[in-house]
Amino acid sequence: MKALLKAKRVRHPVLPGQKFTPIKLLTFAVLIFWALTTIYPFFWVITNSFRVRGEIRSDSFTIPTGDSFTFDNYEKAMGRYDFGTAYVNSLVVSTVVTIVVILVSGMAAYALVRYEFRGKKILYSLLIASMMFPVFSTIIPVFRMEAAWGLAATTNRWIALISVILPQIAGNIAFSTVVLMGFIRSLPIEIEESAYLDGCNVFKIYFKMIMPMARPSFATVAIFAFLWSYNDLFSQMFFLRYPNQFTITLMLNDINSQAGTNYGYMAAAVVIIVVPVLIVYMFLQKNIIKGLTAGAIKG
Amino acid sequence: MLRSTIYKKKSPLLVFLIPAFIFLGLFLFYPFIVNIVNSFMHIQDLGTAAQGLNQPFYDNYERLFTDADMVTSLKNTLIVMGCTVIFQVGIALVLSILVDSIGKGAGFFRTVYFFPIVISATALGLLFNLIFLFRGGMVNQLLDNLQLVTRNIDWKDENHFMFTMLLPVMWQYVGFYFVILITGLNNISTDIYEAAAIDGASGFKRIRFITLPLIYNVLCTCLVLAITGALKVFDLPWVMMGTGMPLGKSWLTATYMYYNTMSRGDVDYASTIAILIVVLGVVVSFVVNKVFKEKEY
Repeated sequence: MKALLKAKRVRHPVLPGQKFTPIKLLTFAVLIFWALTTIYPFFWVITNSFRVRGEIRSDSFTIPTGDSFTFDNYEKAMGRYDFGTAYVNSLVVSTVVTIVVILVSGMAAYALVRYEFRGKKILYSLLIASMMFPVFSTIIPVFRMEAAWGLAATTNRWIALISVILPQIAGNIAFSTVVLMGFIRSLPIEIEESAYLDGCNVFKIYFKMIMPMARPSFATVAIFAFLWSYNDLFSQMFFLRYPNQFTITLMLNDINSQAGTNYGYMAAAVVIIVVPVLIVYMFLQKNIIKGLTAGAIKG
Repeated sequence: MLRSTIYKKKSPLLVFLIPAFIFLGLFLFYPFIVNIVNSFMHIQDLGTAAQGLNQPFYDNYERLFTDADMVTSLKNTLIVMGCTVIFQVGIALVLSILVDSIGKGAGFFRTVYFFPIVISATALGLLFNLIFLFRGGMVNQLLDNLQLVTRNIDWKDENHFMFTMLLPVMWQYVGFYFVILITGLNNISTDIYEAAAIDGASGFKRIRFITLPLIYNVLCTCLVLAITGALKVFDLPWVMMGTGMPLGKSWLTATYMYYNTMSRGDVDYASTIAILIVVLGVVVSFVVNKVFKEKEY
């Protein structure tokens, strides 16, 4: 896997007669066209979020200046919706999910790689099998179970957040464990042996040696778990019902169903949600791309 | 030899393994089994206990085949699957071969093409609702400015809803498969292309006889992911089409399952739909894995 992830950028030799042909021009045209399809919608929504409300429907392709330019949409959106609370809720849920997933699946991966014991094969098969369960097939019983415990369908903000955190953790463990197992297997056992001779027990070996050495793959798993949880709509719609519990995705869903014809603040809402992600993406894009494709690219 | 000494004492195993398997057992395996049981029961509401077995107990399974909306959602889900193969993986393949052929700027295109995947599908749904708006949406305004249409097009009516629903789903994931495929292409050694150039193979011949066979396995991975992923599509259709707009024609298995749970309170039927999704997933991945068997070159 590592070899593939650290893809070497191979420059193909310039073949004879391939300097600047119509074909090359067409190639660039196609590639830039697709790049525009991914950039332009965001650019369009950002410019329109600053446009005077009435003009969006008739003149949305220019850059708003002078009388057309306004912060009104943002003021309205922020006045009607509590983005701060939603951001806090989203960050709390995704951060807790990420931390617990890393801790729990890291330990499981370590044990499954290094220990030999009866039932190891069965546990590994169970792990793989659990990746096949789509969230649809477990969510109703999970909800009913958590409702019986008093976790789900409560008005208490933090308890409600826990009710969505728990199944999200479970949903990420199998994948994370499998990715981490691949990495831990590649670590040289000699280091553990010398640590053992120095008097470390297995817990010390795991927390002091394995975890720091496996940091890159922990980062991969963490990014995957975080984004998956942050962007999830389905299970959050099940568990979080009251506005003070709303996460970013739920708030968007709510705005979508209630905004009616006020396109100005729908645009502003999209920008408020997308821009922070865009900024994080610009700084961490290499790690994010690696994290999200880790499951698919195996060596 | 030391290894066996370090890891001979098995008691730490419990500490390492129990948390993970408690989570899996309690929140995946146990609910999965309960869900199967639920599909035979009569449950009126998410919060209420089951009121005994259905009469007959397989009633829900019979309904799956007679419920017109269910048939619609199955059909639509299969259409989504087919489209992911052609559009998500197909466009990604073309783009990756093109980027690979120019050699420069791969980093830029990776960054730009991948971006939509990072954004939540909910936000994209809102964005595309604005783009496909009837009065003054981006597309209708553009068509109007170019004087291509005389009247606004209702992008969510019976003739256009499939396009409107599928376009964002397809568009969002092209970048994902693009990155996987371009990683595969980058691993093809330069020597092979040099040898091919000396032998006079270039352009389409090079793609057909060198590039495609060498990334066959990567391509298969993409196809399997795309087809099985189609079963999980929920967020974008839900935000854009809500309850099967127009007139229940745009249902997908996932959105229809949610609707039955939440809006109709038909919890046992929703559980049955969930089981259908699982079965469909298993069958489809089995078939896809058989068809696109990994080859050794």
